[in-house]
Amino acid sequence: MAVKAPIPEVPAPVWRSFKDLQEFEALRQQRPEGDKHSATFESLTEGIHQFPGGFVVTTLADTFFNWARKSSVWPVTFGLACCAIEMMATFASRFDVERLGMVPWASPRHSDLMIVSGTVTIKMAPMLERIYAQMPDPKWAVSMGSCANSGGPFRHGYHVVKGVDRVIPVDVYVPGCPPPPESLLNGLLLLQEQIAHFRRTGQRAAPNEKVD
Amino acid sequence: MTYEQAASTIAERFSGVTVETGAPLIVSVPVDQWRAFAQFAKESLGCRFFNFLSAVDWKDGGLEVVAVVDNLDDNVSLRLKTRLAPSPAEAGHDEAPRCASLVPVFRGANWMERECYDMFGIVFEDHPDLRRILLGDDWQGHPLLKSYAVDTPHPPYR
Repeated sequence: MAVKAPIPEVPAPVWRSFKDLQEFEALRQQRPEGDKHSATFESLTEGIHQFPGGFVVTTLADTFFNWARKSSVWPVTFGLACCAIEMMATFASRFDVERLGMVPWASPRHSDLMIVSGTVTIKMAPMLERIYAQMPDPKWAVSMGSCANSGGPFRHGYHVVKGVDRVIPVDVYVPGCPPPPESLLNGLLLLQEQIAHFRRTGQRAAPNEKVD
Repeated sequence: MTYEQAASTIAERFSGVTVETGAPLIVSVPVDQWRAFAQFAKESLGCRFFNFLSAVDWKDGGLEVVAVVDNLDDNVSLRLKTRLAPSPAEAGHDEAPRCASLVPVFRGANWMERECYDMFGIVFEDHPDLRRILLGDDWQGHPLLKSYAVDTPHPPYR
C-alpha cells in the first residue's frame, strides 16, 4: 500500500521573539508594581491633605471612590480548571454575583478583578502575567482553590507553579478543592471589604484577619 | 485472523521476536526490526489502527517503547515493545537513546512520538517534525524519566 509523504517541517515559534512580549518585559522590569503607585497623584493628594482642612476632602474622596470601586467590581473570566465550573455557578443565576455589582466580563481591558480559578502551569504563567498586566489599575486578584493557592494536589508535579502568588500579587485566597460558590462569595465579600480600605500607596491592603 | 494465527505468522516471519500468547498479544521486538515489524503488523496482520505509543523508564534496564496496534476487523490487538539504551543520566553519557520512527507506517504516531521525545528524550529517527509538543521550547530535561528529580526548580515561576 502507498505510504503518504511525511509532513513538511514547520519552524517552531520562538516565544521570546515576539516584539510586544519584549516590550511588555521591559515595562515590567521598569515598573514591577504596575500603575498602583502614581507619584504625581500622590504629591497632589499630599498637597491637598496638608492644606488646612484638606484632609476632609481627601478622606471623603477616598471613601467615595472606594465605594464606587467596590460596588462595581468587574471580574475577568479566567477559568483554568475545575474551579472554573464553581466560578461559573457563582456567576450564574442561583448564586448571582451581579447582586454584588459584579459583571463577569470576558476582556481583561475592561476588568479590575482577576479570579484565578485552577491550576497554573509553567506554560500558562507568562500568559497569566500578561493578561494581568493588560487590566487597568487599580486591580485585584483572587486566588481560588488549592491549586491556585499553593499548587494543591499537583504541587510536586514538574509543570505546576506552586501558587499563583509567585506570578501575580494576590489579595484574597479562597481555600477548597474546589471551593463551593458560597466560599467564593465569601472571598469576594472579603475582597470588597479590602477595596473599601484601599489607599493609593503602592502597598497592598493588609490581609483580612477573620476568615470563617 | 485469530490470536493463534497471528502468533504463528509472527514466529514464521521474524526470528528475533518473542511473543507472549494471550490477549493482547505481547510482542517484544529488537530495535533494528521495529519499523519493519510495524509495517508487517499493518500489512500482513491487518493491524491498521494505531492505538497509542508511550515509553517506560526501567533505569539501568534501559528505556522501553510500547505501542499498541489493533486489527479492528478481527478484534486482534498487538502490544509491541522494544528495549532501548538507558537514558543519558543513567548511562552516564550524553547520547540520547534512539529508535526508528513509526510515522512512515502510521501517521498517527507523529504526536505520540513527539510526546515521547518530550517526556523521555527518546530520539525517533526519520520523524518529520521531532520537537517538544507539551512543554515549552525552552524546557530543560525530560520530566518523566526516573532520574528527573521531584521539585526541580524552573525559574522564575517555580
